Formats: sequence, C-alpha cells, structure tokens
Amino acid sequence: MAPKKIILRFGKDISEKPIIVHLAKDYGLVFNIIRANVNPNKEGTLVLELSGEQYEQGLEFLKSQGVRVQPLAEEICRNELKCTSCGACTAICPTGALYLERPSMEVRFDSDNCVLCQICLKVCPVKAMAIAS
Amino acid sequence: MAIEKTYAEINEKIRAGKAVVLTAEEVIALVEEKGVSEAARQVDVVTTGTFSPMCSSGVFLNFGHSKPRIRMQKVWLNGVPAYSGIAAVDAYLGATELPEDDPCNSNYPGEFRYGGGHVIQDLLEGKQIKMQAVSYGTDCYPRRELETYITLEDLNEATLFNPRNAYQNYNCAVNLSSKTIYTYMGMLKPNLGNAHYSSAGQLSPLLKDPNFMTIGIGTRIFLGGGVGYVAWNGTQHFPVIQQDANRNTYGPAGGTLAVIGDLKQMKPNWLVGTSMLGYGATLTVGIGIPIPVLNEEVMRYASVTDRELYAQVVDYSSAYGLREPGNFGYVSYAELKSGKITIAGKEVPSAPLSSYPKARQIAGILKDWLLQGDFYLSEPVQLLPSYKDEIVSKTLEIKGI
Repeated sequence: MAPKKIILRFGKDISEKPIIVHLAKDYGLVFNIIRANVNPNKEGTLVLELSGEQYEQGLEFLKSQGVRVQPLAEEICRNELKCTSCGACTAICPTGALYLERPSMEVRFDSDNCVLCQICLKVCPVKAMAIAS
Repeated sequence: MAIEKTYAEINEKIRAGKAVVLTAEEVIALVEEKGVSEAARQVDVVTTGTFSPMCSSGVFLNFGHSKPRIRMQKVWLNGVPAYSGIAAVDAYLGATELPEDDPCNSNYPGEFRYGGGHVIQDLLEGKQIKMQAVSYGTDCYPRRELETYITLEDLNEATLFNPRNAYQNYNCAVNLSSKTIYTYMGMLKPNLGNAHYSSAGQLSPLLKDPNFMTIGIGTRIFLGGGVGYVAWNGTQHFPVIQQDANRNTYGPAGGTLAVIGDLKQMKPNWLVGTSMLGYGATLTVGIGIPIPVLNEEVMRYASVTDRELYAQVVDYSSAYGLREPGNFGYVSYAELKSGKITIAGKEVPSAPLSSYPKARQIAGILKDWLLQGDFYLSEPVQLLPSYKDEIVSKTLEIKGI
C-alpha cells in the first residue's frame, strides 16, 4: 500500500510514553516522521507517513493507547499563476520537493516529497505557496 | 567586408516584415554553428530579457483636483505613504515603502507582505485603492483632508520611473556565519548552506551590450509588459570589467539603467509586488531590451554564454554589511545554473532570485513585437558611460561636527 499521512495527538498523560516504537516492532509498519512537536502543556503532535500490511491493526493499537488519530487533511499547494519560477525557494526547501527543472529553469513542485515544514510559505517572494485543506 | 547596419536600415526591414530577430539565447546557437561574422550578417536584432526584484522602482501619480482643492502634504495609498513634496496633487509611490503600521523586523524575521510594489500591482489589476491625504490648508487650496477610492483609470498620469533597474550583473550571496540570515538576496542558511544569485546571465540586457555600444538615453524597451524608454543611466552606474587580484578578468558588471514608461499600458504579471522575508517589500520588474546588430562587435558581445559571464561570491553575514573588502572569487552563470557551486572546497547548492523562464518569455515577446512591426528601434540620443569612462563610486563617510 502507498504510505498514508496521518496526524497523531498525544495527551500530556501519554506524551512521554514510548508508543511509536511498537508500530515498527509489533506491527512491522514503516514510518517517516514529518513533523513532531510537544507544546508547553506537554501535549504532543506528530505527523507521520505510515505504511505496512498491518496498518489498520497499528492504528487500533494507537487508539488503545489513548492517541487520537486523524487523517492529514492539509497539504501545501502552489498557485501556478502567481509563481514566477524565480527559484528563491529551491535551495531552501529541505527535501527538494520544490526544485528547478533543467535546462528550462522552471520551478516544479513534487508534493509527494513535501514534509509540510511550511518554510516555502515564508520565503516565497510573491506568496505563491499556500496551505490547502 | 565588414558588416555595418544603421538603425534606419534595420527599422526599414522591420517595417517590411523582413527583419531577422533572434533572442539572446537563440543567437548563441547560431554563432556557435556559423560564427560571429555570418551571424552578424544574418541577424538584425537580438532581444534580451530580465525579470527580477528591482527595489529602485516607483511611480509618479497625478490624482486630479478634488472640490474644494487640496495641496496634498501627506498621501497614503492602501495605507502606504507616497512622497508628496512636489506639486499639489502629484506624488511618487516608491516600491519599497511600507505601511506605517507594518511591524517590520520587530517580529523577526518580518514578513513585509504589503508595500509600494504591491500597490503598483493592485493598480495594474484595476483594483480600488483607498486613498487618504492631509494638508495644512491654504487660501487657494482650502481642503485639509480627504479620503476616497481611486483606480488606475481615474488618474491623469501614472508614470513608472525607476531610478535604478536592470543591474548589469549581481553578487552571488552566501552566509559564512553560524546562523540563518535574511537578506535582500533571500534567506541564506548558515555555514555556506546555500548560494543565491540574481541575474538572467546570458539573457540579461546589460550583459549582452556590456560596453553600451547600443543602449543609451531614449532606447525603446519592453518595460513591465508595455513599452518604456531608457531615461538615463541608473543610480550607482559604475560599469567595470571584473578582475581578481591576479588581474584575470571575469566579464562586465556594475552598469545600471533608469527607465520610464506609462504605467497604464503595463501588465500586472510583469510588475509584481514582492516580499523578502526579514528584509522588506519591493517590486519585481520585467525588462527587455532590443540590441541592434550594428556590426560584428555588437554580435560578438550579444552572443556570449553563461560560461563566459561571472558573478562575484560575497559573504552577506559580515563583509557585505560592514562594507569590508573580501570575496570568494568568481563563479560562472553556467556553474550557478547547474544548481551547485564549490566555495572554499565545499559544495554549495545554488539558486536564483531572478526568473530565467520569465526572462526568456520577455525576450520572446519583444521578438514577436519586432517581427509583427509593432515595435521599432530608437537610436539613443546619447550613449551611456562604459567601463572606459572609469567612473569611481563614492562612499558616505560618517563625520562628527
């Protein structure tokens, strides 16, 4: 199956427990951490890309541990009418999701490689990047 | 026999629909195949283009007179101040001007989402602009304040006048420090994390006529999607041939243009409001200049490639800001456009701030105008100073009293 992007929310009671490790160890799932954050109230948010045969069982396990699981509804999109293909984002984007195609030097956006860090929203000089949900 | 063509001869060919026009990119292939002489014989005009943030830009506006009249002392357009220290209802709106309530860099790095350049783009999009003005009141201009809405169409004149555009060449900016910096050259990651450059290289107007053999006062150009003119040399016009300590040369740099044109016939996709994170607001300007192939020498320069044009690598974390000498040598635009360069033995990702696809599009549009007979060449009233004039830049010294 293709990896799915999900958001996991941890209450402060469980944010310090080792939970994610069981996805790999007990359910054989492959995960890629896209974003992780623990706020001052010790509540955790984790954005994961997850795949594997026991995907549903893995999600059931997370829920049994008190983790709230949501599908990732937001994604970064590029307004192709606004984008001038200047290229200012291409050496900033940490995963190469935004890149220059050569020799045309047109900026391309491969959303599969996007990890939602949102730095492009700030550095785009013409505000062509946006969050869509 | 040496090839010599005049402006009049080339214009006659344009009129007859017989002119041969190539973009600066296309002409490179022709010269590589047939040589400079044959290319100069065949081609009449080479078109160039550039599309980049150009801070020294702005527009003179005349609002018309309200009833009763006001001698505007201060003017705001969508909250952005315009300079009104000229006649009663004239003002100059600069591209980098910010709204007075902009948090700027107090919330570092500031976003600078709206400024004078964005007002110019909004005007071109036909949007209603909120206008406010105040005054002290005079016997002949009794009104003391006004608030209304204007559109570009409502104005008597809107004259784009950019005192410094189309930089001949530009630095390649890097950051040697250990923290991220935010500059007019974009976000620069620490420890040589990236390198930003800002030129169309082999398509850029002043790199294709480096000695100002054809570009001068009165040259008709593509400006912001419409027709404009070279008004004068730009501010800080210091053309040089770049040289390192060992007297190796690295091509031209330093020339600039002041340009002028009627904003009302320009287009919002060629004058784009621009925000540089942590630095400020500005305007991205599209400029294209036709180079008449008067002789072989003009053709030789017009056909140089990214392999022969160089940018100077400069550290923006310290040397630039402190106005201290020191650069990391020169890199060619061919290297810069490959996506990685080597500085001090380290491989550094390189990226442009200047849109090469838009530059190519501009050169193409100008070519079409010439082929369709919609655009004729103008012979400059006077050529601009070149490196041979050895203009030396002055610095500002801080003096006590």
